[in-house]
Amino acid sequence: MRASLQRHFYVAQRATALLLAPLVVVHLVLIMIAVKNGLTADEILSRTRGNVLWAVFYGLFVVAAAVHAPLGVRNVLREWTPLSQQLVDAFCVFLFLLLLLAGLRAVVAVY
Amino acid sequence: MTNKISVSIWRGKSDGEYQTYEVELRENQTVLDIVTEVQRQHEPSLAYRFACRVGVCGSCAMTVNGVPRWTCRTHVNQVTKNNSLTIGPLRNLPVIKDLVVDMKPFFKKWQTAGASFTGGKTRHDPVATISSESPGRKAADAGIECINCAVCYSACDVVGWDDSYAGPAALNRIWTLVNDERQVNKRAVLDAAFADGGCGSCHSQGNCTRHCPVELSPSESIAALKRSAFMGLPKTGAVESNKIDTGADRES
Repeated sequence: MRASLQRHFYVAQRATALLLAPLVVVHLVLIMIAVKNGLTADEILSRTRGNVLWAVFYGLFVVAAAVHAPLGVRNVLREWTPLSQQLVDAFCVFLFLLLLLAGLRAVVAVY
Repeated sequence: MTNKISVSIWRGKSDGEYQTYEVELRENQTVLDIVTEVQRQHEPSLAYRFACRVGVCGSCAMTVNGVPRWTCRTHVNQVTKNNSLTIGPLRNLPVIKDLVVDMKPFFKKWQTAGASFTGGKTRHDPVATISSESPGRKAADAGIECINCAVCYSACDVVGWDDSYAGPAALNRIWTLVNDERQVNKRAVLDAAFADGGCGSCHSQGNCTRHCPVELSPSESIAALKRSAFMGLPKTGAVESNKIDTGADRES
């Protein structure tokens, strides 16, 4: 693997961590407010349907998480398991695609 | 007050064991003095490594009471616990015999990590004059005095569990290279520092800095390398003048 790619991975993981920190805070606060009077699908959909702001917010959240998590998992697997680098990389590409597609599908579904 | 000290010294290879010797205590005695006395008076077959005895060559590092140290500059009265000493080989390196470890993996990783200088000039070019005030020189100064003793390598837990990790000394060296105005292709050097087992593997535990006998801070060098991923290569400052006054250009 190209060495410069590794440097970009490093930057991507730290940059997405920086991005995820405020997004997670907003997400957690939203959950606390949303469940205050009981949580229903109607209530969620009434908030998200046609709301571009929430779609962008959670779209960004999904992309950041999809980039951040596989890179972290890659480091852990590389450091702590005897798995080959190719296998670890392949798994992390799969994880990236899974998180990205499943996450974006959910964002689109509630928009 | 007793004038003897109980010294346990590792004997054998990795499957060896500690053997205990009673050694006379003297004034201004270093741990290396103790090991030498054991070898000369008690155990002629004891293997250990030293050269300069004044903290320059970096060859006498051992584990003393569980801590990696340069033994020639470690006074016995600073480290003795309950009138006893335990001296073993450096951690994280294969034991050849007794207190001697194989340094090959340590130096091999320097090479693999790309921690060696590559200049762009020949012996026929003028010598670069680097200002002592340039930012690059100052940054390199902070890490340049490494004596290759492998104390940091031995102290590092990440080295212990991750075979691919280059270790603090190699990464500290890379930081001095990216600050060296004469180093060519610094971007490639920096990229090499981010390869698997490079600075991204450091967990910032700081054991290297805590134990470095010449008080360098590999942790800071590694942190600076990581920052370079975002900030780009550090500014080193211009070469002040790369001409040597040989007198040839002067008008006669």
